[in-house]
Amino acid sequence: MKKKVVSVLLAVLFCASIFTFAGCSSSGSGKDTIKIGFIGPLSGDAAIYGTSAKAGADLAVKEINAAGGINGKNIELIAYDSKGDQTEAINAYNRLRDQDQVVAVIGGVLSGETLAMKDIMVQDNMPVLSPTATAVDVTANAPNIFRACFLDDYQGVAAANFSTSNLSAKTAAVMICKGNPYSEGVSAAFEGAFTANGGTIADEESYSASDKDYSAQLTKIKELNPDVVFVPDYVQIVGPILQKAKEMGITAKFIGADGWDGVQTEYADAAQGNYFTNHYAADSPSETVQNFIKAYKAANSNKDPNSFAALGYDAVHTMAEAIKSAGSTDSKAIITALNNTNYTGVTGTLKFDSEGNPKDKEVTIIKIDGGQLKFETTIVNK
Amino acid sequence: MDKNKRKAYIINTISIISLYLVFFILIQTKVMNKYFMGIAIMTCIMIIMAMSLNIVAGFLGEMALGHAGFMAIGAYSSAYFSIALMDTGFPLPNIIVLILAMLVGGMVTGIMGFLIGTPTLRLRGDYLGIVTIGFSEIIRIFFINFEPTGGAAGLKGITKLVNFNNVYWITIVIIILMFTFGRSKQGRAIISIREDEIASEAAGIPTTRYKVLAFTVSSFFAGIGGALYAHYQAFVEPSKFGFMFSIEMFVIVVLGGLGSLTGSIVAAIVLTVLPEMLRGFAEYRLLVYSLALIVMMIFRPQGMLGRSEFSLTKFIDSLILRKDIKNSIDGGETR
Repeated sequence: MKKKVVSVLLAVLFCASIFTFAGCSSSGSGKDTIKIGFIGPLSGDAAIYGTSAKAGADLAVKEINAAGGINGKNIELIAYDSKGDQTEAINAYNRLRDQDQVVAVIGGVLSGETLAMKDIMVQDNMPVLSPTATAVDVTANAPNIFRACFLDDYQGVAAANFSTSNLSAKTAAVMICKGNPYSEGVSAAFEGAFTANGGTIADEESYSASDKDYSAQLTKIKELNPDVVFVPDYVQIVGPILQKAKEMGITAKFIGADGWDGVQTEYADAAQGNYFTNHYAADSPSETVQNFIKAYKAANSNKDPNSFAALGYDAVHTMAEAIKSAGSTDSKAIITALNNTNYTGVTGTLKFDSEGNPKDKEVTIIKIDGGQLKFETTIVNK
Repeated sequence: MDKNKRKAYIINTISIISLYLVFFILIQTKVMNKYFMGIAIMTCIMIIMAMSLNIVAGFLGEMALGHAGFMAIGAYSSAYFSIALMDTGFPLPNIIVLILAMLVGGMVTGIMGFLIGTPTLRLRGDYLGIVTIGFSEIIRIFFINFEPTGGAAGLKGITKLVNFNNVYWITIVIIILMFTFGRSKQGRAIISIREDEIASEAAGIPTTRYKVLAFTVSSFFAGIGGALYAHYQAFVEPSKFGFMFSIEMFVIVVLGGLGSLTGSIVAAIVLTVLPEMLRGFAEYRLLVYSLALIVMMIFRPQGMLGRSEFSLTKFIDSLILRKDIKNSIDGGETR
């Protein structure tokens, strides 16, 4: 009998706690704020991306509010965790719209969660600006969805343009990770643009994500001796490739994409003198970038901002500009304003094409030099 | 039909309809918006998933940790079917398409369950657990590399057919089917295997056949759950059906009580609603959620309802007559 009483008590406590939590979460602030939602993975495997983007977004909100907000109203950023899970992302989005009644959404951070929310977002005609979702379909047939990052294809083209015009490369070899859409997509764009610029693709080598030994591919590349080798993959794969290439004495320049970010910490020697495309450079001469880095470090216990933080920061600023120029929080007006965006931020100048993708955005080329990432130049694809 | 049974039917029908009416009024008066409706739909899907897992984990008493894999098969096959059906342009009402897609998803998954279950059910306990994890991972990796269903990028272009109205009634029908199955000759045979495999074999029950039956029925309903999920989300991605999702469903079943279908229902509701209610905690949400699980397991290690079933009729009886009545699907003692 005693046990029964305890269990009943526990059940009652449990139910009560649910209602109290629900109560405290729905208590918003007054009418004088403009609510913007944020959706991204703040916990789970992909948490590093979501938390970085959110830190950048938070910084932007702080700056805008310190400068007087939008037309006298402060911005309130309501961030919900998606865990990188589609169902959670949909729930979070529904909650932002119905409970918090946000006027616009920054997110999702990952492509998968954004695609899952896409249909409902289009139905609601909610102004959405994803900082970092790169999948092509995210903005397709969705007049209300925009993104701040350039597409994978775009940086492949930029890498090719950089190789032919700045490095005067005539021949290139490409290493592709089979089964990785990122690597395949960027490589295909690079090959197309490189050939169009008058170069020749001397060799195309493929490997799989689980490979540990790349000597067969690199031996062939050494024999052909191309001017550049394009390897668009992530650090944990690029690092060993570069190391092996150095051991074998390959002199060709290696070119990579934004997956290389961080290669300087563990593979400084092997990566010496090579280039990759990125969203922004920490040592860029631009004042906006330097101010952003200083403010970010001050707000995040001296941590260096990565591209996700920079894109999250730019996304909030772009959205705030759009709301300001729309003069209202009506979704149609905001979407029209977003279409006419012309904002220069940390990651370059942001304008949108008819699909909602960045148009003529600058791609930053970074050189790895003495274990540091050095700003080389910016490329705008024509 | 005896008097008690008729009374039970009447009470249950009234309560099902009145619960629906409550929801209906809440939706009409806009108290229940799309956010709550989304949670309610997800809860219904999780109820189906948890109950179907309970057939293997609770009734048969085997450790099955690959339920997400079966859900994936159901989701993908039904979505693929409904996309193809929609493409033919044959004018069918949405609800018919949904039911056909559900049946296809259920059948395909049921067949897969049969094929996987036949060789693996010779194993027991943790060994079976490991084998089911393996199969579920194989299924997930298959869908990552299978281009016709979109590969790692996921399957897009599914028509959204599930809404609260149809998912509510589908869940009710499935709950009734599960209870009937649990009380049938086959259901009792499966429970007897859990209690003592040697004794039930000695009593003339073909144990292997009933184990495979339980596994097949369980995967059939998992396929239906997957079909509903695909047509609610309108987008499926293989990464969703990872090992952690299987564990999540297993947690629901254990928390509700192994072998208690009503327990699974209650736990599915609590564990789907709880993470949403905890959104106010932001980053600490999953920490609080996990703590809640630990606390519940410490105070009720046998699960919320143990092995007994909650019966509305008996509950009303005990309120009126103040009788303490224990009830379970197998007629056994409450532990």
